[in-house]
Amino acid sequence: MSDVASPGSKPGFSSDVMIQMTGVHKWFGEFHVLKDINLTVHKGERIVICGPSGSGKSTLIRCINRLEEHQKGRIVVDGTELTSDLKHIDTIRREVGIVFQQFNLFPHLTALENLSLALIWVRKMPKAKAEEIAMNYLDRVHIPEQAQKYPGQLSGGQQQRVAIARSLCMNPKIMMFDEPTSALDPEMIKEVLDVMVELAESGMTMIVVTHEMGFATAVANRVIFMDFGEIIEQNDPHNFFENPKSDRTKLFLSQILHH
Amino acid sequence: MAEATQAYEVGRHPELPPPRSEVGVLGWLKHNLFSSPFNVVLTLLVVWFLWTVIPPLFEWMVLNSVWTADTRKECWARMAVPEDGACWAFIKGRIQLFIYGFYPHPLRWRVNLSFVLLVLAIVPVLYDKLPGRKYALWYAAAFPFIAGWLLVGGFGLTPVDTDQFGGILLTLIIGVTGISFSLPIGILLALGRRSTMLVPRVLCVLFIEFIRGVPLITLLFVAATMLNYFLPPGTVFDLLVRVLIMVTLFSAAYIAEVVRGGLQAIPRGQFEAADSLGLTYFQAHLTIVLPQALKISIPGIVNTFIGLYKDTTLVLIIGMLDPLGIGRASLADPVWLGLAREVYIFVALFFFICCFSMSRYSLYLERKLHTGHNY
Repeated sequence: MSDVASPGSKPGFSSDVMIQMTGVHKWFGEFHVLKDINLTVHKGERIVICGPSGSGKSTLIRCINRLEEHQKGRIVVDGTELTSDLKHIDTIRREVGIVFQQFNLFPHLTALENLSLALIWVRKMPKAKAEEIAMNYLDRVHIPEQAQKYPGQLSGGQQQRVAIARSLCMNPKIMMFDEPTSALDPEMIKEVLDVMVELAESGMTMIVVTHEMGFATAVANRVIFMDFGEIIEQNDPHNFFENPKSDRTKLFLSQILHH
Repeated sequence: MAEATQAYEVGRHPELPPPRSEVGVLGWLKHNLFSSPFNVVLTLLVVWFLWTVIPPLFEWMVLNSVWTADTRKECWARMAVPEDGACWAFIKGRIQLFIYGFYPHPLRWRVNLSFVLLVLAIVPVLYDKLPGRKYALWYAAAFPFIAGWLLVGGFGLTPVDTDQFGGILLTLIIGVTGISFSLPIGILLALGRRSTMLVPRVLCVLFIEFIRGVPLITLLFVAATMLNYFLPPGTVFDLLVRVLIMVTLFSAAYIAEVVRGGLQAIPRGQFEAADSLGLTYFQAHLTIVLPQALKISIPGIVNTFIGLYKDTTLVLIIGMLDPLGIGRASLADPVWLGLAREVYIFVALFFFICCFSMSRYSLYLERKLHTGHNY
């Protein structure tokens, strides 16, 4: 059911599997956050996950790069299984970039240094080369002129674009976004979404937790609805929005679309 | 009033200058000294207080002071009104004692050289815009060993017993050693205390709580009297070294708690961002966590350093003569009896200058490191 061909002008995706989650469970203490999650993400696929707060959307994507540890089931990312083996975690984190709701930029470093830091320390690049690459990515998110500013001197939208560029710098195969526009003022949402749309058009595999349904319609191959830690429903955007099957999906859509 | 009533078309209102009473000297006075009736009263009280205190103090310390005399009586005889001014001749005559303690006269060039080298080592550490700072920092790291060799001697220099050290020399040795070694040790203790591994965590907690729970004087007594009982008989372990270790560990425990406070202020998102970029624990702490945590901790760290610097006077209890100890010993001189004010003011001034400099430097550092971001 996941291999729905994308309609219209959206780029398609290959049949290579990038992420395979099978029977994944997670508990926070007694609280069962993720219940039997089964999800396959293909190379080049763009998935939007939505659902009410507390439904486990963020936890799900945070499990994929081990910011949270799942307790049952298997997660395989590009052929590497996520176990407590630190080498595997390292390998997977090299391939998966994540953008946070609160940006999580390093406030004591300039935008440029935020980008070049991991290139220098993790990729062991010489500083000049790292900064050259960093500048390229700042250019790609349309803020090369802010390179020498500190995060505290940038607007929310600019900060989030720096954060996206910081992840892209590491040349990941998969980009995950955890409510990237939820902390932004309305007039800044578009500049961030525009960058994400451009990224989607370049063929990046993306998993986006968001309530921006316009974005979902425009770029997603698949929309997933989660509630109470379960995947309730998934479909291509057109069918998801026009013909939701479950009552909970209908209720959720009516709440976010008609307020 | 004319401007206030002038009408502008909506959307075309120009930016007008603020009222004259809000800016400039007048504005400053109004906002800072005379903003409310209570503030006016406070301002007047403070002005009156300064007026009554400063002129007499200035007369005593400067105008009526005597700088050359051989005895207290001669000093007073030189004043218009006896005992009406400070007898700085007393301090001046003993300034060598205050600086070097009992360091042998012919070898004092070694102390002077150490002072100069100390300044050369401190400048690159404190000031980061220096050209060639990288090499200067290597020198700063080597400085303790160079200074140790110069002061203690051996390896070609005449050896000097550390019990001849005293005065400002002694304060600087204990203060600088304590400050420069307690910071790295304190950081390690703080990281250890936050570690997820049980054994290092418990060891760090035990160490910190034990050291913090015991007065420094007790530790100094242990250093002076008891430590040798725990060591194999015949071990020669210099008293000054024992004191240095105790002072450093004592201050490290406090630094550890200050730094831990800073570490706790770093949001979890910073660690997650570092993790997701693939930085290791060591890299993440070195480049992201510690720079921010230490910046937040600057006031607390400098507070601890100032405390440590002043606590060096406690060594007088185990028979070491720092400036305060030298001062007290000097007061026992029958020729100069009764000049306690001069001695204590001099010692107080010395400590004040050192501590106030540290305090100002920490403010400078805080401003410099501020990047427009607050948690």
